[in-house]
Parts: sequence; C-alpha cells; structure tokens
Amino acid sequence: MKYIDEFQDPELARRLLDDIHATVTRPWALMEVCGGQTHSIIRHGIDQLLPDKIELIHGPGCPVCVTPLEVIDKALEIASRPEVIFCSFGDMLRVPGTGRDLFQVRGEGGDVRVVYSPLDALRIAQQNPDREVVFFGIGFETTAPPNAMTVHQARKLGIPNFSMLVSHVRVPPAIEAIMSSPSCRVQGFLAAGHVCSVMGMGEYPELAERFRVPIVVTGFEPLDILEGVRRTVRQLERGEHTVDNAYARAVRAEGNPAARAMLEDVFDVTDRAWRGIGVIPQSGWRLAPKYRAYDAEHRFSVEGIRTQEPAECRSGEVLQGLLKPHECEAFGTLCTPRTPLGATMVSSEGACAAYYLYRRLDMPAAKAQEATPVV
Amino acid sequence: MSDTTDLPGPALDVEAWTCPAPLRDRPRVVMGHGGGGVLSAELVQQIFAPAFGGEVLAQMGDAAVLSVGGARLAFSTDSYVVRPLFFPGGSIGDLAVNGTVNDLAMSGARAAYLSCGFILEEGVELDVVTRVSEALGAAARTACVEVATGDTKVVEAGHGDGIYINTAGIGLVPAGVDLRPQRVVPGDVVIVSGAIGVHGVAVMSVREGLEFGVEIKSDCAALGGLVDAMLAVTPDLHVLRDPTRGGLAAALNEIAQASGTGVVIRERDVPVPPAVANACAILGLDPMYIANEGKLVAFVPREHADAVLGVMRAHPLGADSVIIGEAVEGHPGMVVARTGLGGTRVVDLPIGEQLPRIC
Repeated sequence: MKYIDEFQDPELARRLLDDIHATVTRPWALMEVCGGQTHSIIRHGIDQLLPDKIELIHGPGCPVCVTPLEVIDKALEIASRPEVIFCSFGDMLRVPGTGRDLFQVRGEGGDVRVVYSPLDALRIAQQNPDREVVFFGIGFETTAPPNAMTVHQARKLGIPNFSMLVSHVRVPPAIEAIMSSPSCRVQGFLAAGHVCSVMGMGEYPELAERFRVPIVVTGFEPLDILEGVRRTVRQLERGEHTVDNAYARAVRAEGNPAARAMLEDVFDVTDRAWRGIGVIPQSGWRLAPKYRAYDAEHRFSVEGIRTQEPAECRSGEVLQGLLKPHECEAFGTLCTPRTPLGATMVSSEGACAAYYLYRRLDMPAAKAQEATPVV
Repeated sequence: MSDTTDLPGPALDVEAWTCPAPLRDRPRVVMGHGGGGVLSAELVQQIFAPAFGGEVLAQMGDAAVLSVGGARLAFSTDSYVVRPLFFPGGSIGDLAVNGTVNDLAMSGARAAYLSCGFILEEGVELDVVTRVSEALGAAARTACVEVATGDTKVVEAGHGDGIYINTAGIGLVPAGVDLRPQRVVPGDVVIVSGAIGVHGVAVMSVREGLEFGVEIKSDCAALGGLVDAMLAVTPDLHVLRDPTRGGLAAALNEIAQASGTGVVIRERDVPVPPAVANACAILGLDPMYIANEGKLVAFVPREHADAVLGVMRAHPLGADSVIIGEAVEGHPGMVVARTGLGGTRVVDLPIGEQLPRIC
C-alpha cells in the first residue's frame, strides 16, 4: 500500500536490523517519547528483533494517559449538565475520572458525542444555538494547532455557545524533567516526529547539549523506528549527542510556521500536571486571556474542582524504565485496560496497555492466564 | 503560573510518580455492551444466560441447532440498528436479511424462512420505509429465503433512529454437518473468504461524514451459497463464523476460547484492502476489529484445505479466499499474530467498541 507498505518492508527492516546488530557493542537504554511509537514497537514486535543490549524505555507521550484526573473530573462535571453537548475524540470517553467515565455519563443521559475534528464541534454549536457545546481539547503539539484554530474561528465568527476544556501538554519540558531525575536511565531519545512536524527541532539542541544525550526525530512506521534506533545507537557508540532528523519526509527544521503562529495567538504556556507524573513547569498550554470567554473551565465554574490522585500503582517506575509493565504485581490482575490502576494502562497507547494487548505470550504462563479475558 | 495547584511541584519527583484510581464497575449499559467484545460477552454470560437458562442457549453459536422430529433445525435472531439506513453497497434492509441468513449458514444451514419485525420512529418518511422494505425483499429473493411472518411497532419521535429491524430465521442443517468450535483441533487451517474491514469502514465513511478518497462499498451479502459449495466438497468443516461485530479478531478469539486451542495467524496474509488500511491508519483503528457483513472464517482439517479453498475461490463471494493461519496446541484460548517483520503479538478480544485515537 502506498505510503504504508514501503515503511513496513521486511527486507529493508532486516537490513536495518543487521546494521543495528553490527553497530551495538554495549548496553543502551533509549526512550521513545510518543505513545504512538510505543504502540508501533509492540504491535510489530520490533523490540523482540533488536539486540538484547538495546532496551527501549516507553516514555510518557500518550495524550490520553497524561491528562490529569482532575481535568477528567471537570469534563465529567461539564458533560453531565443538561444544557451541554460535550464533544470529544473517541479515546477520551473510556478514560476514568474519579469513579466513572464519559461513556457512563452518556449512559446516564448526558449528551456526549465523538467527533473527528474540533471543527465538527464548532459546527454542532452553530447547528444548536440553544445548547452549550464544549470540546475536550487535550493532547500534545500535534492536536493543539487545530484546537487553537477552532477557538480562533469561534471568536472570529462570533459563536457564543462554543467553549473548550483545554489541557494541552508540551514534549520538550517533559524530556527535560525526565533527564533531570536522579534515577533517569535514558541515554538517547527517539523524538516524536509528528510533534516536530509542527514545532520544528529548535527546542532540542539545547537539551541534547545540556544532558549530553542524542535526540533523533523519528516517525511511526516500523522502518522509521528502526532507522531512529539505528541513528541513535550510532551516535551513542561514537560518543556523540546531536539532534538528528530521521523523519525528513515529514519534518522541517522550522516546523509549521502557520501552526506555530496560531498556537502563539491562542495559547499561553503554563505549568501543567501530567497524570501519573505530577506538575512539570512550563509543560502545557492554556487559553490566552483574550480567549477567556471560550474557556469551558471558566464558563462552567469548574476551576475549583481539585482531585488527589491516589498512589496505588507503579506506572511511575514503568515510565522511568525501572519496571517492565508485566513485572508489576497488579498487571493483568487488578490492573487491566478495563480496570486500569494507572495512566499507562488507560489508553491503548500506554506502555502497560500495549503489553497487555500484545505481549501476554511472553509472560510466565500463570500470569498470562490471569491476563486473558475470560469469555 | 500553575492551573493545578494541589499537585506535587514545582520540582518533579519521579520517585513519587503516582497513578489514578480504579474504574468502578459500570452500573449502566454503555455502547461497548453491544460492541461484540468482552463487555457484550459479559452481558450475555452474567445476565441473559442465567436468567433464561436452557441447554440450547448454552451452545452460544451464531445460530442454535435444534432437533425437531428427527430433523436438525438451525434457529437464529438478530436486530439491526445501523445508522445511516442507507450506505455504500447496501442498506439496513439488506443487512436484516443477510445477517440472519449468515448466522444460519455458519451452522451449515441454508435459511428457509425469516420473520421480520419493524420498529419505526414516528415521523420517518414512508418513502424511506418503502425503500428499506424493497431492499429487504430483494435481499431475501437473492438469498432464496421467504419472509413468512412479521410485526410492526411505532415509537414516539426521538426514541429511535428512523427504523430498527429484527429478523429471525430457520433453516435445515444437512445430515453429517456438525459445525462448532469444540471440533477445532491443532493443525486445522484458518481460511477467510476475502478482504476484511470493508463493511465497517463503508458505514463509518457515511455515518461520520469521513471521506477517504475512494468510495468503499459494504461487502454485505448472503453466504448460504458459498457455504453450500464448501460443504459439497466436504461436510467435515470444523467451524464457520461470520466476523461481524468485533471483526476478525473477535471471531478468532471466540473460536480459540471455545475450542481450547491456540490460533496463529500470519499478519501479512490477512487481506486488508488498501482503502480500508488507509482509513484505519487515519483513524487509529485496527482492521482486525472492524465489522464485516459478507465474509466468513473457516477452520478446516488440513487434508481438506486445498479442496475447500478451491471451491471458495470459484465462488463469486469467495474469490479472494486465503489461508491466514492455523490452530495450534500452544497458548490455548489465545490468538497470536506473526508480524510482518517476524515478531509476534497477541490479538486480543476487544473490550467494547474500537475508538478513534486522538493522534
């Protein structure tokens, strides 16, 4: 298939793998930042094919996983109101807040709708002038520009019944936080290609230099990931630490200037909490003061909702690479995609969910049996 | 400035990274209860089956096989709530016939008679009812099945999506035919009758207003003739399934779990049309979990595989049939895919419905 098959070609993959095997002389721990990359690695069995010396650590880059519990609770509160049509991307509907999720709100009579674009939500607002339409704006630098554009458009068109619950996060501060941790084991990063296609690569050289860590911009298909690993390992073996673009077909150094301009107009950088991690300074966006009228937190007075996240699971260790998902005692028993204890099991792109979905075969027999849904 | 003032900060303490609370059991029905995955199965096993009881129900096949006066009758029912009512390649009328005919065919029976219950929403145009009925009648004639009885109810405006249809059907199971997952043994070959994921993507393309560059038409069709051709070569097929809700992944998992064998499939051999693969890539969906309406999965003894594949390919509804894997002794109850690159992964039963990813 054009644009997909050529990046899954087994023969080309074999050549890249041979090169990686020939290059590696020492153990290296690499972090793929993005949950989409984690998903692809596990789904295609890439980690099984790499040399044992290369350990892939699954980063916190799953937008669904990292949306804080209190933001989910705010969404649930707003979506429960009879005057509201609450619009969201599909995968947010299953994420548990304190005790329930958006699917349950819908089951209780809430008007919760899955949309494929924030502009769909804006159209729903135009079609339902007597209702309040709220879009759940979460995600990384990839989803932030269209969400920004939608708010910009709502203001420009003077649509009064549209607002957005915003919880956007930024990748570079997360990399900085991970590298600043005394327990950090990461020696190289596969940066998220689609994030860089928006933001460019300008934020990375300083990080690569300060932490002496190679950062290779990497795509999502199997060959993209193998090429990213190959280039990262090559740098590590040579003692280099530069920013390299292994996803040149999608990423330009300057990113997408129009998208960045839209982000700057609509959003301000702010501190953000990451679910399962905590507050990372300057790691998020919120609506700029001139767009305050479109801020759903303000409009529905849910700014005061505060939720403490109980310390019940070990996904923090998973995110640091100190623990593999299936090594956690709760994995597959107390904690499953249906009953997630932690952020990394919440979304199918979380590391624990990926292991649960695809890797039960690799586990000890008793554990695999426990983790198999009984039907 | 922080907008989450009571969480740990300002310095990140990775040693104290913590996680959210458990999800409580759901007290109400959610869409996933109808998705053909784990939630659907739990609904049946934990509520319906205990309430209804009965040995026949415990077969849990697409159709129940009943002994009546020395004959074996297949009996099945299904309800159709598709939105929109008309989609590329078919309509709710076609579905209401083909879905039940196929449920019967998966037990080896050729459907003979159908019942048809219409639940109409107040306000729906009679022209729409006419078009749906004509499509239903035409599909019945194509499938050589007669609509023998019916019922009509009308619900108030706002209490339905225009038209819901329930059909039930009966057919005769030929002597010597015994299709059930318990007959599957290691070594059986897994065949699918053609491209997967087509129906689900076709409906999604019109329901959600998505355009994928090329029109994708539903594969909705009645499979009785194809099954007849397969049984004519050998009545010793072990199990057939039409991979509707939950897709190929759910059908394979149900067979693996009911048979107690493992299933291995070769991912690159699973036929996914480029248009379906592209649509799924855009939406973050897996074609293995997308619904089909005119395809079947067969577990066939290895010695009969070539002959069965031959007649399938000679039939217009099985022209693209292909062997995708086999039943194995290892990992009982589990479906495993060999990936294109040479790795392996578990192909799980979906929990509820697939949800389009955020990015």
